Amino acid sequence: MSAIDIRKLNVVFGDYEDRNHAVRDVTIAVERGESYGLVGESGSGKSTVLRALVGLVPEWSGEIAVLGEQQKPGPRRSHDFHRAVQMVFQDPYASLHPRHTVDQVLTETLRLHGLKGVDARIETLLDQVGLGGGYRFRYPHQLSGGQRQRVAIARALAPEPQILLLDEPTSALDVSVQAEILNLLGDLRRELGLTYLMVSHDLGVIGHMCSRIAVMQNGALVEELGVERMRRLEASHDYTRHLLDSALRSVRGGR
Amino acid sequence: MTSLPTPTTWRAWLTADAPASRRQARAASLYQGWQRLRANRLTMLGLAVLALLVLAAIFAPLLAPYSPYAQSLGDRLLPPGSEGHLLGTDSLGRDILSRLLFGARISLYIVLLVVLVAPVLGLLVGTIAGYAGGIVDTVLMRVTDIFLAFPRLILALAFVSALGAGIENAVLAISLTAWPPYARIARAETLTFRGADFIHAVRLQGAGPVRIVTRHIWPLCVPSLVIRVTLDMAGIILTAAGLGFLGLGARPPSPEWGAMISGGSDYLLDSWWVATIPGLAIFAVSLAFNLIGDGLRDVLDPKDSGQ
Amino acid sequence: MSNLLDVEDLSVTFPTRSGEFEAVRGISFSLGRERLGIVGESGSGKSMTGRAVLGLIRPPGRVTATRMTMNGEDLRAASPRRMRAIRGKHISMIMQDPKYSLNPVMTVGRQITEALRTHEKVSQREAKARAIEMLDAVAIREPERVMRLYPHEVSGGMGQRIMIAMMLIPNPEILIADEPTSALDVSVQLQVLEIMDKLVRDRGMGLIFISHDLTLVSGFCDRVAVMYAGRIVEVCDAGRLHEAQHPYTRGLLNSVPDLEHPRDRLEALKRDPDWRSAPSVSALL
Repeated sequence: MSAIDIRKLNVVFGDYEDRNHAVRDVTIAVERGESYGLVGESGSGKSTVLRALVGLVPEWSGEIAVLGEQQKPGPRRSHDFHRAVQMVFQDPYASLHPRHTVDQVLTETLRLHGLKGVDARIETLLDQVGLGGGYRFRYPHQLSGGQRQRVAIARALAPEPQILLLDEPTSALDVSVQAEILNLLGDLRRELGLTYLMVSHDLGVIGHMCSRIAVMQNGALVEELGVERMRRLEASHDYTRHLLDSALRSVRGGR
Repeated sequence: MTSLPTPTTWRAWLTADAPASRRQARAASLYQGWQRLRANRLTMLGLAVLALLVLAAIFAPLLAPYSPYAQSLGDRLLPPGSEGHLLGTDSLGRDILSRLLFGARISLYIVLLVVLVAPVLGLLVGTIAGYAGGIVDTVLMRVTDIFLAFPRLILALAFVSALGAGIENAVLAISLTAWPPYARIARAETLTFRGADFIHAVRLQGAGPVRIVTRHIWPLCVPSLVIRVTLDMAGIILTAAGLGFLGLGARPPSPEWGAMISGGSDYLLDSWWVATIPGLAIFAVSLAFNLIGDGLRDVLDPKDSGQ
Repeated sequence: MSNLLDVEDLSVTFPTRSGEFEAVRGISFSLGRERLGIVGESGSGKSMTGRAVLGLIRPPGRVTATRMTMNGEDLRAASPRRMRAIRGKHISMIMQDPKYSLNPVMTVGRQITEALRTHEKVSQREAKARAIEMLDAVAIREPERVMRLYPHEVSGGMGQRIMIAMMLIPNPEILIADEPTSALDVSVQLQVLEIMDKLVRDRGMGLIFISHDLTLVSGFCDRVAVMYAGRIVEVCDAGRLHEAQHPYTRGLLNSVPDLEHPRDRLEALKRDPDWRSAPSVSALL
């Protein structure tokens, strides 16, 4: 049984001339314990796949199964789903409630999942994401971007999920902070045996984090390849090669 | 907790970078807001006027030299500064200062009642409409539009004539006509936050719509409503005074400021003070509320709380 | 004196509730007919440096410098009117997101011709011809059609190329590009940068390229100044960036995940408080 099984997913926004076929016949299977990457440029539909999966985009057609449980279109997901699947958003400045302290954010999450021993759990969570208890009663505006993203990760870890959906988790951060967050995510996956489905436009980040990569263009999945092949630049699709080429040239400084 | 903290440690406690408890975090954030509010002199002036009004209302029986109802036809229309009547007397010989002090109670009462009804109603309607969207939104907002389409004073007049004159009915009428703008604001704010990632994040924890609206959206809408209410307060007092002036609010013997102006208008040319002094009181209180509203806008605006 | 720009001991300070905040703390640099990269993370003061040169720091922010000259002209003494003339005619700036720097209710063509006509007395017809020529130079196909479009009708990459066209049409001597491509997709990024680079070189302009991306900057610059906490910690030739000495520069280079050289863990930057207090390195020529 795969952790995530998406078959022939289609998402269409709007009607008539505003019609935007954002995701076209996307089929992805993510195994348990795997770290899977979805790459594409803006508008490729990669984030929409994640949002359809969790119910933030309610209207889609096709099949989505998570840990063997079939999902239906619509915003509703079962309680088990919410416990098992958690998400980290792109912009840490927008994903924390501006008037809630770290403590409030984590307390509410734990209570919503009916977990006991809130105090002790919060301390453990903050330690896990490398923040420590000193940050517990701070408001988001008292935290840096990297620290906010750590809080968002702690929130995602709170219900002890099996699957973490990562929507460009570091693209709003400085490179040195990005390195810290990516290391943290890597460590957490090893320690907790998590499954990652990560969306990014940055091939370097995806290459570092994921073992299998799917490339999306204009809503369709154009190629799926293993990270080894990607590193050896053995892409078979033109678009993938173009992306790889751009990424390498920008890392090598355009020379 | 063995000894009481000294003022300096209080300050340190309130400005600590890493608060150690929920209480401290909340207190520290309130303290910072207060510090910012305090930096605005005009707002402090407004607060001072409001404090005076509250004190006057509470201690009216002690402060007032006469009963607000005591008539003395021999002393009618005495100018301000007359012996025993600091602000003069009206056409029935009642002491204007005493009436003004007791009138503060009525003004505060009106303000309090309106604050308890209009913004709360607006918040409910606006956030529900904004969060639910679709048909609920359409229906609620069209109702709001219908209320908005009527001129406020006329609608209030209609209510009062239907319900009968009197302070409570005047307040009810004002509240029923005042909520639509609050609903509009609350809806607009809700729409901006509804699609925010932090709302998505709680939805993904399985939180239901009631919880999201009450716990996550309300706290963000309240500041702009508070600001708007304080800015509207002047208008509310004026509407109440207007109803009083037209004889549809507080009834004659009661020392409501609008009614006092109304009673003094007949003597405006010969005895200017009878109408002018309550007018000045209304002016001062309205201005005070506006100044406070301005200051609160700087402190509470959620758009720059990220700084 | 052949430098386009000389800046000595530049500081930018902002008053805050908890005292003065120094965004830029006494940096010196000059710009010849070359491409200078200013690199740093958010909060390093790199954008403030660019804005200070253009006189775009608004009160209560304060700019001080012992020297700030453009072609020998003292910018500190320039009147607001003179500064407006300098901006655009002599120094232009390209900002991060074309969505916010193009006027949404004006066609692209009108914006470009206006940019030209505020600085030069040319006829409408000539302005239009030069605008089309300029759009052609930034590799926009069918420039006549694009001239009639509104900013929301063009893509991000095209928007940024239009910005470049608009900024370069009055033929300034200095171009300040503040994160010109970070809102764009990687594949478009390089294309836009190459166009900018070619124009700057063909016209013999000076370029100040402000970015957080060290490797990207090194590809399009001759010299790179690395900023940390409002100071320049290291200046080096872009070609020899990989020989950079300062631990901050090294840390930045190593913290980027590299597709071809996978590592188990990325190197996390350990910030030394000494970097903050060390004197600023001069980037004067």
